[in-house]
Amino acid sequence: MSLPYLHIRDVADLVEAINSAQAMNKPLAVQGSGTKTNLGRYVAQDQILSLKALTGVTLYEPEELVLSARAATPLAEIETLLAKNNQQLAYEPLDYAPLFGQPSNNGTIAGALAINASGPRRIKAGAARDHLLGFSAVTGRGELIKSGGRVVKNVTGFDLSKLVCGSYGTLAALTDITLKVMPKAETEKTLILLQRTERECLNLLRQATASPHEVSGLCMIPAGQMEDFDQNIAALRLEGPEISVASRCESLCLELTENDLERTLLSEEESKLFWKKIKNIEPIKACDGQIWRLSVAPRDGIDVIESLQSAGLPIQGYFYDWAGGLIWLAIAPAPHAYAKIIRAIVDQAGGHGTLIRANVETRASIDVFHPQPKVLAQLTSRIKFSFDPACILERGRLRAEF
Amino acid sequence: MSLIMPEREPQIMSGRELLIEKLRKILPATSLIIDETGRRAFECDAFTMHRALPLVVVLPETVAQVQAIMALATEMNVKVVPRGAGTSLSGGSMPLEDGILLVLSKFNRILEIDYDNRCVRVQPGVQNLCVTKAVEGQGFYYAPDPSSQIVCSIGGNVAENSGGVHCLKYGLTTNNILGLEMVLVGGEILRLGGAHLDSELYDLMGIITGSEGLLGVITEVTVRILPKAAVARCILLGFDNVKAGAMFVGTVIAHGIIPAGMEMMDKKTVEAVERFQPCGYPLNAEAVVIVELDGAQVEVDHLANVVRQISQQCGATTTKVSMSETERLQFWAGRKNAFPAVNCIAPDYLCMDGTIPRARLPEVLERMDELAQQYGLSVANVFHAGDGNLHPLILYDASKDGDVARAENLGADILRLCVSVGGVLTGEHGVGVEKRDLMSEMFTEADLEAQMRLKCAFDPAGRLNPGKVFPTLHRCAEFGMMHVQGGKIPFADLPRF
Repeated sequence: MSLPYLHIRDVADLVEAINSAQAMNKPLAVQGSGTKTNLGRYVAQDQILSLKALTGVTLYEPEELVLSARAATPLAEIETLLAKNNQQLAYEPLDYAPLFGQPSNNGTIAGALAINASGPRRIKAGAARDHLLGFSAVTGRGELIKSGGRVVKNVTGFDLSKLVCGSYGTLAALTDITLKVMPKAETEKTLILLQRTERECLNLLRQATASPHEVSGLCMIPAGQMEDFDQNIAALRLEGPEISVASRCESLCLELTENDLERTLLSEEESKLFWKKIKNIEPIKACDGQIWRLSVAPRDGIDVIESLQSAGLPIQGYFYDWAGGLIWLAIAPAPHAYAKIIRAIVDQAGGHGTLIRANVETRASIDVFHPQPKVLAQLTSRIKFSFDPACILERGRLRAEF
Repeated sequence: MSLIMPEREPQIMSGRELLIEKLRKILPATSLIIDETGRRAFECDAFTMHRALPLVVVLPETVAQVQAIMALATEMNVKVVPRGAGTSLSGGSMPLEDGILLVLSKFNRILEIDYDNRCVRVQPGVQNLCVTKAVEGQGFYYAPDPSSQIVCSIGGNVAENSGGVHCLKYGLTTNNILGLEMVLVGGEILRLGGAHLDSELYDLMGIITGSEGLLGVITEVTVRILPKAAVARCILLGFDNVKAGAMFVGTVIAHGIIPAGMEMMDKKTVEAVERFQPCGYPLNAEAVVIVELDGAQVEVDHLANVVRQISQQCGATTTKVSMSETERLQFWAGRKNAFPAVNCIAPDYLCMDGTIPRARLPEVLERMDELAQQYGLSVANVFHAGDGNLHPLILYDASKDGDVARAENLGADILRLCVSVGGVLTGEHGVGVEKRDLMSEMFTEADLEAQMRLKCAFDPAGRLNPGKVFPTLHRCAEFGMMHVQGGKIPFADLPRF
C-alpha cells in the first residue's frame, strides 16, 4: 500500500500542501523519516506529507545552551553535534525503532518531540516537553505560526511548545524547533543491587530518589529479563565529575544496603551501554507480543504489576523505569490487547496506559491512548479544532473523534 | 500612559445588586466584600501603576463555592478576574470594574504530603515558601523560588509560571508541577496529572501554567519536591567591566558547569545594596556576580576551584568563596534585597523583565544606557545571568511631572531592545496589562490568533480575565470557534474587546 507522497521543499510548499489538503478534505500523515508510523491509532490517511527536505541545524551556541534546527534534521546528527561539544539532550530521547524491528537512531528531531518520549533521565532532567524552548509550525489551518523563543526563561504568551510536544503532529506540522541543551556529565557509573525481591528493589529505588545524591537513572529489571542478570536487579545511575560520582556512590551504597547486600558497579562504558538498552526498551525486546507503556505514581508500580498478574494477564515480560513510575509491559497478543483490564487497574492507581505495539487491526479498533474523562475529552477536542478545524493533520491518530 | 481596558458593560453594572443577592446564596458573609472601602484594598496587585475598583470581591473557601461562582458568572455573563496573593508585577490580577474579583487566599491548606512519590498536594492559596517549610524537616524543598516567595501563592505561581534565582538548574514552575485541578468557565472541574509523569495527548498542564488566569481558576496543585542538596557554596566575584562578567558567565557554562544560581548586578545596584545593608560587595567593580554551587561536598569544592580559576582567566578583580553557611547567606543578602535597596537611590522604580541571549548582555546594557539618557532617566540592572533574564530597574520620581510616562516609555523601548536581539518581552513576571500592548513586537497576528483560539477553546465568551495578555481580544466567532447560527452569535449585543 503506497500513498501519494507530498514532498515539500520549503515552508511555502507546506502551507500550500495543507491548504489544498483542506480544500479537498484529504487528510495528511505528517512524516519526517517515517520511523513512528506504527505508533498511535491506526487510520488510513490519504496522503503523506513528507518534511524530509526541512533539515539542518540553523543555530548552535554551546555557551548559551541552545540549538535550533529544521524539523526533519536527524536526531542522530543533533546528538553527534552536541556530543562533540560535550553536550546532550538531557531528557535522553528514547527510541521505539528496535521494538518494531527497525534500525535504531534513525528518527528526526521533530518526531522525537511530537511523541514526547523521554528516556530514563526524565525523572531527574525533565521530559522532551521541558526542553523545547520554541518552534515554528504550519497549523491545520495552513497558517505559519511561532511560539516561544531561544531563551530558557520566557513567559510571553501561552506556552504552545508544551502543546506540540506529544501531539503526534495533529495540531501543526513543525518546521523549526529550538531546544535547550545541557552539558554531558564528565563520567557516570551504575550501581547494581542484587539479591532482593522486586518490591525491595523498588523500595530501594524510591529511597534513592529521596537522597541528595542526584541519581539520574533508576530502573528495576526482574530476574532473567536481561542478559547478564539472572536475578532481580535495581540499577542506579550516578553522573557528574569523577570525584563526585565516587563519593556519591559510596554514600548511596552505605545508605541503601548497609553494606550487607550483593552489588556490582558498572564502569562508565558498561553503564552507558546498560542505559542505552533501557532507553531502547531492550529488556522486553525479545517478547513478540503487544507492548504497553504504563505511567503511574512510583509507589504504585509494583501494585499495578501484581494486580495484572492476579488478573491472569498473559504477561511475557516487563520492567520498571523511573523508580517504579514507568512500566514497560509485554503481553501475548489479543485483538483487544486486554485494554479494559489493564486500564481499570491503572485507573485505580491513577495514571495512564498507552498501547505502544500492536497490529493495525487492534490499533484501529481500540483506544491506543488512555480514555479521558468527559470534561478533559471535550476540551481536548476543542483544542484540536482550534488548530485544525477540518482535522486534516493525522486524522484519527489520537482519538477516533478527530 | 493610557491603558485601555475592556469597556465597562452597563448591563453588568446595573445588575450588580442581583449578582450580589445571588452570591449571598453561595457564600457566607465573611467571603463576600461589597463595600467600597473593603474593595479598595484589592484595586491593584503588585503592579501599582494602574488600578480599578472591582465590582465585588469574593473569597470562596471550597471548590464547590468556586464552581457555583463560575456557574453564576456564566449565567449572568459577568467577567471574572482570579487572584492569588496579589503579587503579580504585570497586573495579571488587576480587577475590572465590571468583574468579580475571585480571591483564592482562603484556599490555604496543604492537603497531602507524599514523600514516597516526592510530591505535595496543595491548595492554590498556600504561599510558595510554606511548601518548603512543610517538607524541609525531611530534607526536601520546592525548587521554584521567586523573590516574593514568602507571600506569593502557588496558584499564582502556576498562573504566571514563576521562576526565581535557581531555575537555571532546577527549572520554572512548569517543570516542577505534576498535577492540577481547575474550575472552568461554567463551573466544570478539570483534573490533570497526579503523582505520575507526563500525561498523554495534549499537555494542558503545560498550557495552563503561565496562562495568567485566562483559562480557568486553579483550585489545587500537585508540586514535585526535591531532596535538598548536601551542601551549597557561593562565590562572590567582581569585574571591572560588564563584558568580562558576561564572558565569565559564558565560560562557566562552556565548562559544563550548571550552577544552582548565577546572578549579576551592575555598579548602580551594588551601590544601592551597600547603602541599604552593607554585605561586603566590592564597590569598585562595574559588575558583581554571585555563583552558587550545590551538590555533594567533594563536587562543590571541586567546582568552586574550577570556577575560581575561570574567574581569574576572565580577569575578576574580586573572588571570594563562602567558607560557611553564614557567609553564603551574606553573599545572597545583598542580591535578595536589591529591589528594596534601589529605593535608597531613587524614590520610585519600574521593574522590567526581558530575557536576552546571554552573550548579548554588554551591548544591551550599553544601548540601554543610551536609551535612558534620551529619556533623562537612569537604570540599575539586576540580572539572572545564568538564564539571560534581565531586570532593569528604571529609576524615576512619580512626583515629577511626566516621569511616570517617561519611565513607561523607556520600559517599552528596553523590551523592544530585548526582542530585537533575539530575546523576549517577559522572562518571569508575565504579560498582564503591563506588556500587553507590546505583544505584537514579538508575535505576528497569526501567532497571536493561534493563542487566542486556545483561549476560546477554554472560554468561548471571553469572560475570564479579559484585557490581559492579548492586545485585542477578538470574538471567538471570528476565529471560527463558535457555532454561529443564522449569523447570530451568543450575546451578540456585547461590546467585545
